Amino acid sequence: MKKLASTLPNMLLSLGVIGVVAGALLGGMYAITKDPIAKAEQNQLTASIAEVAPPFNNSPEEDKDTVSIDGKDFIVYPAMENGKLTGAAVLGYNMEGFSGEVAVLCGFDSVGNVIDYRVIRHAETPGLGAKMEEWFHDPTGARSIIGKNPSIESFYVTKDKDKQGSVDAITAATISSRAFLKIIREAFVAYRDYSADKGLNINELK
Amino acid sequence: MDKSYWKIFWNGVIPGNPVFVLLLGICATLGTTSSAMNGLMMGIATAVVLVCSNIVVSLVKDFIPDKVRIPAYIVIIATFVSVLQLAISAWMPALNESLGIFIPLIVVNCILLGRAEAFAGKNNVTASFFDGLGCGVGFILALTLLGAVREFLGVGALFGAKIYPEDYGMLVFVLAPGAFIALGYLIAIVNKIRRV
Repeated sequence: MKKLASTLPNMLLSLGVIGVVAGALLGGMYAITKDPIAKAEQNQLTASIAEVAPPFNNSPEEDKDTVSIDGKDFIVYPAMENGKLTGAAVLGYNMEGFSGEVAVLCGFDSVGNVIDYRVIRHAETPGLGAKMEEWFHDPTGARSIIGKNPSIESFYVTKDKDKQGSVDAITAATISSRAFLKIIREAFVAYRDYSADKGLNINELK
Repeated sequence: MDKSYWKIFWNGVIPGNPVFVLLLGICATLGTTSSAMNGLMMGIATAVVLVCSNIVVSLVKDFIPDKVRIPAYIVIIATFVSVLQLAISAWMPALNESLGIFIPLIVVNCILLGRAEAFAGKNNVTASFFDGLGCGVGFILALTLLGAVREFLGVGALFGAKIYPEDYGMLVFVLAPGAFIALGYLIAIVNKIRRV
């Protein structure tokens, strides 16, 4: 078959048809995948909350609340057992990472101990700042923050001597470590503010 | 199988390997090969789009006037990429997490446009399918190899399995400069082997 000549009507027609077909395909695909995508994101958040928060029998996502810290909205997902607050997962963020935004979901128990955390979003350097996902779980030296309480220990990197920092920064990624610890500190403050009128009495940030 | 189709396929894998020989798609190659797994995933995603776009381009080539063929090809490729991205984020969220940021990059990968323009726009559907498959496999090979070299030298692991302690790794190979260094040496080695 001979190729269509490059006349204006031919060009308009062929590009038009391709555009319409492509648009229809994309629209159809979007409609099909919209619900599964929303569900997948929801499941991920639900799973992360269950991993970092203490046991609960409420729905933390339905009971969520926002606390404004330093102009940023931190989302508190409360964990309750039979209506009594036992802890929470706090989703916090800042823009102070080496490559911008870092968002962390951090879980606290009823006295403010860190139960666990999940890094939700980050763009830190692979091999350096990106290690934050594992580093602060690592029991080596003073790396881990798990089980520690921001009201008892100073959640700054050990390099910050004026703050008596007690957490080892990631090797060669102090900026990422500072951003990460700041989120944890502010999440702790948000959690403390939130829990104050829910019957929990948590000590102030050190 | 017809011998000429095998030849078309094989041509994309080694003699005309898109990365090591044609030096196409270097941007995506360097950016996504910080580990063997990432390289493999990116390679597979690109190969899928490449096969699909080659088939469609060879099907519709007679209906597209020459002067507007490039925009037409780009729309076809972009459509496939978007459909793939939606499908992955809907049904394979775990894959989406490791691959998510790379998939939009496939649109600007010149291998796709290059094969559409150089091969699929001039040949029939079956030949275009084998060309897409060959180049796709060649791209997967190249990315996995580069990712494996960088991961091994950079953090002492292969596909995430520790081989030697990370502290002895040369971190530069995980970062951008190491990608250039590793790719340069790999191209040199492949060229040497091809000429023997």
